[in-house]
Amino acid sequence: MSIEPTTLPVRSGEDVVKVRQAVRTLAMDLGFSLVDQTKVITAASELARNTLTYGGGGEVRIERLNQGPKRAGVRLTFEDRGPGISNIDLALTDGYTTGNGLGLGLNGARKLSHEFDIWSQPGVGTRVTITRWK
Amino acid sequence: MDRVPILRLGDCLLVTVQVDMHDQLAMTLQDDLTNKIVATKARGVLIDISALEMVDSFIGRMLGNIAAMSRILDAQTVVVGMQPAVAITLVELGLSLPGIRTALNVDAGLALLRSVLDRSDEGAHVD
Repeated sequence: MSIEPTTLPVRSGEDVVKVRQAVRTLAMDLGFSLVDQTKVITAASELARNTLTYGGGGEVRIERLNQGPKRAGVRLTFEDRGPGISNIDLALTDGYTTGNGLGLGLNGARKLSHEFDIWSQPGVGTRVTITRWK
Repeated sequence: MDRVPILRLGDCLLVTVQVDMHDQLAMTLQDDLTNKIVATKARGVLIDISALEMVDSFIGRMLGNIAAMSRILDAQTVVVGMQPAVAITLVELGLSLPGIRTALNVDAGLALLRSVLDRSDEGAHVD
């Protein structure tokens, strides 16, 4: 069950900051430890930047997950209608980049999350969903 | 436009990052700092990131760039004040900030800079 999903635009550097702040607010509200907050904020930052840089902008859906009293989590879905990723395995390799970054963002976000799902189709867009449980 | 202030402290520059940095601000800081190193002939750069709630690969790359550019301009960089949660996350992310000197706080960072600069001065005399 999830309540109060929010959708935020990811179209500028300021938007990336707002996404981080919204994710932090939710993670704090759910009682995440400081380390877990930092991990999910960092993952959100990496994915938001990917949406902006490689997807040409898009949006993120921020969901609060409540599966029973002891299982709370944050789910983030980043979606763009950019060029897509032709080789997802390659894109998930540390150090691989088609831009001028370090090539750590996508796989880094996966490492910092408990669940990770990526869908992409060249010419259509990319959708990345991560979940981090408390 | 927003700018991160750069303070002069003897022959060192002190940068305290106090805002949630967006990417353009990080790029501006890189430019400002290199210009200031040349203008003030600074030998050391101290970057205090104790107020940063996260360091992602972009900010990590910026810190690495600053350290590399400073070195080329004959200045040493020390990054200080990283929060424990940020350090844990950075390592899990796969980023260990190679080539960047770190210290726990500004005092320790200044002491480290002092010793590095003194050593490089001695080296210059010997050579």
